[in-house]
Amino acid sequence: MQWETVIGLEIHAQLKTKSKIFSGASTAYGAIPNTQACAVDLGLPGTLPVLNQQAVRYAVKFGLAIGAHIAPYSVFSRKNYFYPDLPKGYQISQFDLPIVGLGELNITVDGEVRTIGVTRAHLEEDAGKSLHEDYHGKTGVDLNRAGTPLLEIVSEPDMRSAAEAVAYVKTLHSLVQYLDICDGNMQEGSFRCDVNISIRPFGQEAFGTRAEIKNLNSFRFIEKAIAHEVERQIDVIESGGRVVQETRLYDANKDETRSMRSKEEANDYRYFPDPDLLPVEITESLLEEMRATLPELPEAKAIRFKSDYLLSEYDAAILTTQRPLADYYEKAVEASNGQAKLVANWVMGELSAGLNRDNLDITASPVDAAQLGGLIVRIADQTISGKIAKKVFEIMWAGSDSADDIIEQEGLMQISDTAELEAMIDQLMADNTAQVEQFRAGKTKVMGFFVGQLMKQTQGKANPQELNKLLKEKLK
Amino acid sequence: MYNKSLRQLSDSLQKKELSSVELSQYFLARIKRLDSSLNSVITLNEEAALKAAEQADKQLQKGLGGVLTGIPLLHKDIFCTQGLRTSSGSKMLDNFIAPYTATTVQQLQQAGAVMLGKTNMDEFAMGSSNETSFYGGVKNPWDLQRVPGGSSGGSAAAVAARLAPLASGTDTGGSIRQPAAFCGITGIKPTYGRVSRYGMIAFASSLDQAGAMAKSSEDAAIMLQAMSGFDPKDSTSVDRPVDDLLQNIGRSLKGVRIGLPKEFFTDGLDSHVCEKVTEAIDALKSAGAIVKEISLPNINLSVPAYYVVAPAECSANLSRFDGVRFGYRSDEPKDLEDFYKRSRGEGFGDEVKRRIMMGAYVLSAGYYDAYYKKAQQVRRLIQQDFVKAFEEVDIIASATAPSVAFKAGEKTDDPVSMYLSDIFTIGVNLAGLPGMSVPCGFVDQMPVGLQLIGNYFDESRLLNVGHQYQQMTNWHDMIPTGFGQE
Repeated sequence: MQWETVIGLEIHAQLKTKSKIFSGASTAYGAIPNTQACAVDLGLPGTLPVLNQQAVRYAVKFGLAIGAHIAPYSVFSRKNYFYPDLPKGYQISQFDLPIVGLGELNITVDGEVRTIGVTRAHLEEDAGKSLHEDYHGKTGVDLNRAGTPLLEIVSEPDMRSAAEAVAYVKTLHSLVQYLDICDGNMQEGSFRCDVNISIRPFGQEAFGTRAEIKNLNSFRFIEKAIAHEVERQIDVIESGGRVVQETRLYDANKDETRSMRSKEEANDYRYFPDPDLLPVEITESLLEEMRATLPELPEAKAIRFKSDYLLSEYDAAILTTQRPLADYYEKAVEASNGQAKLVANWVMGELSAGLNRDNLDITASPVDAAQLGGLIVRIADQTISGKIAKKVFEIMWAGSDSADDIIEQEGLMQISDTAELEAMIDQLMADNTAQVEQFRAGKTKVMGFFVGQLMKQTQGKANPQELNKLLKEKLK
Repeated sequence: MYNKSLRQLSDSLQKKELSSVELSQYFLARIKRLDSSLNSVITLNEEAALKAAEQADKQLQKGLGGVLTGIPLLHKDIFCTQGLRTSSGSKMLDNFIAPYTATTVQQLQQAGAVMLGKTNMDEFAMGSSNETSFYGGVKNPWDLQRVPGGSSGGSAAAVAARLAPLASGTDTGGSIRQPAAFCGITGIKPTYGRVSRYGMIAFASSLDQAGAMAKSSEDAAIMLQAMSGFDPKDSTSVDRPVDDLLQNIGRSLKGVRIGLPKEFFTDGLDSHVCEKVTEAIDALKSAGAIVKEISLPNINLSVPAYYVVAPAECSANLSRFDGVRFGYRSDEPKDLEDFYKRSRGEGFGDEVKRRIMMGAYVLSAGYYDAYYKKAQQVRRLIQQDFVKAFEEVDIIASATAPSVAFKAGEKTDDPVSMYLSDIFTIGVNLAGLPGMSVPCGFVDQMPVGLQLIGNYFDESRLLNVGHQYQQMTNWHDMIPTGFGQE
């Protein structure tokens, strides 16, 4: 039997507000447990939530970016359940009236563009964290995260493979950072993913029973968890069983998913509108204001890069995944007097390698766009060779000088002076008559010997084109 | 001194005939001497109160005080007070000291009032007789066999016994007005959103509203004035200027249109109580008011609608009392479930548990539409009835409660009959309107309350009518036997 995979995703993107969604406490990551939880976050009796307007604006911005319907009137509801890291005994979320309605997102897989439906996106507060280790049979509760604003983005079951799912998550991950509404830090849990997976025989219209895999926090885990879960479901069905609707947890260490709770055990959350909060009303003027703040989005930027900089599809896609990277690229092109292709190669080559090696973000690059552009100017005008340029780049990485200063200080200027090169060639030929003979006898490989020796003498500064031309003439 | 009006006390303070320390000591002494028979005050704040009184005296010395500077008062134990226990009448919070102060308490503090202590109440404000309090019932000062009403029964009994000139209360379904009526004092619940709910322990968020309890309309007006206003910490508080509640208090009743809902003058109303209310309305008529019968066709649905909406909200509001971060916690739990079950099972009383269960039920999958959603629709109908009525009249009048205060224990085994004692007051909360109760006579030596309901944000009119009535009558000056000596 041929099986088709059906995937829908729920993404929790932590919004980049300074304070929490319903209180004034800070949202900064990594503080000492419970030092960033105020009376409201602790759910102390008598406290009341007050909605953070910035969170609303971010949600609207997201909705506009995916061409979604923004609800003029949306409602916060209480989702009731008991857990020690949920201080009020209910989570304030949105239920039947979310702020962002149906929208869509284009993804590219193997060069093909697919449109994925986004069912809705709603605002909610995060819970705290239960710490099960280090408390000797007890559980610790850290409420610093309680009340952190989340945008839960729910997709349609439109994806048909792990690759599509990952492409969707990556596209969304890039988008929320472009919009500057989420820092996208997956390790710190700022961007989390729940995956709904089912399978059905090819050609069948009805969906199979789905399992939900919770809290995947890397692209690789998403891919592996899906692959594993699809295999599991096929095994279950082909051996005569049936998939049960349940929540499963992906264990990255064992590379397997295991059951957390089944639907039969699922809570009745008893949602109802939160009487402590007024409905959220979005005015036309706010929509206009937010529309004006929308940046150029990745898809549009990639198209522009292809036409303005004559980049390949691949290069344009890579350079526009992150807004700071794209900004860096454009600044460097400008500083290089338009050497778009050369800059692209350097950004995706040396620069990316250096950043990866030192585990740095583009925004913390030791070589800024102006410096890189300056270096490329000197490659283009043949002041230095590509090989010397790498050396200059290394010095630049460690210090803060411009390419021109480094070339000057280190005396790396290329030797293109014909007379100087000719004299060196004459001397070399005089010292190595045997090799000259060999060359003239048809052993042209000896050319390499002469180039090598001369490069050694000039510490690589000889202009290679010029050198080759002169050597060929003299050896003839 | 105990029966002096707020203005008289304030004048004495301003003229320095009397200091706030003396006045506070005087009322503290009354509480200590007289409250043992009532159980109306559950926490005394003596030391801090005297300090606050000293501060007030300093202000008065400089001639800086306002009308409330140095005036002692009591707060219902539902308002969080930093450093002083806030129990909400529950074992659950017997050990709870809030790290912050409720906005209304703060406002009164800023106005210079001196908090003498906290008053007893039904557990989490759920009750109409004060019998559900973890700290024991409150006695009605007019007859110690009878209940003071609830849930603000401690505040009502304390003001009636003149243990303090003023007390705060909260009203979710009649919890200010019904005990005011039962104890023969004046109580006003303003429009929903007029007074901040921040720091007031929630029972049913869309219905809860704080208000003032005092001897007279004028005193209540002064207190409510200080409590009112927008609070950015409460999203449901309304950002609109506060009327001067005293400005029109002396205005004549000539031409004021008063509506009597026919649904409130039926068999459910005790005939003797009805007589007293009718006499009061006649008095208003003789002062120039125009009285007409009106109809609130859906008002008979207010008790059932209320007992869906209020428990639903309370079932979620009370989830935070789980023993994890504060309050009562069970010993040696076997596991998390046992921890929750016993912390909540042992920490809450029966009435609270009953309402949490009702609330969880009406919100459950499969029942939500039939109960919660339907109740909200009914609520809208009731509100529309009132809106329509106020196109024809300025004030709606009725009895506050269908009878005078009942005997302690009389209704404890019959929740539904207990719920029906709020039948005239509940609709006002569902609609979010302001309502008040003023004493209008006695039946069997027990006070009777006249309920006055106003249009949205028309508190000043309510207080005007109450005040004018109290200019013509002296019911509000009556003091229960045993509490009438210095």
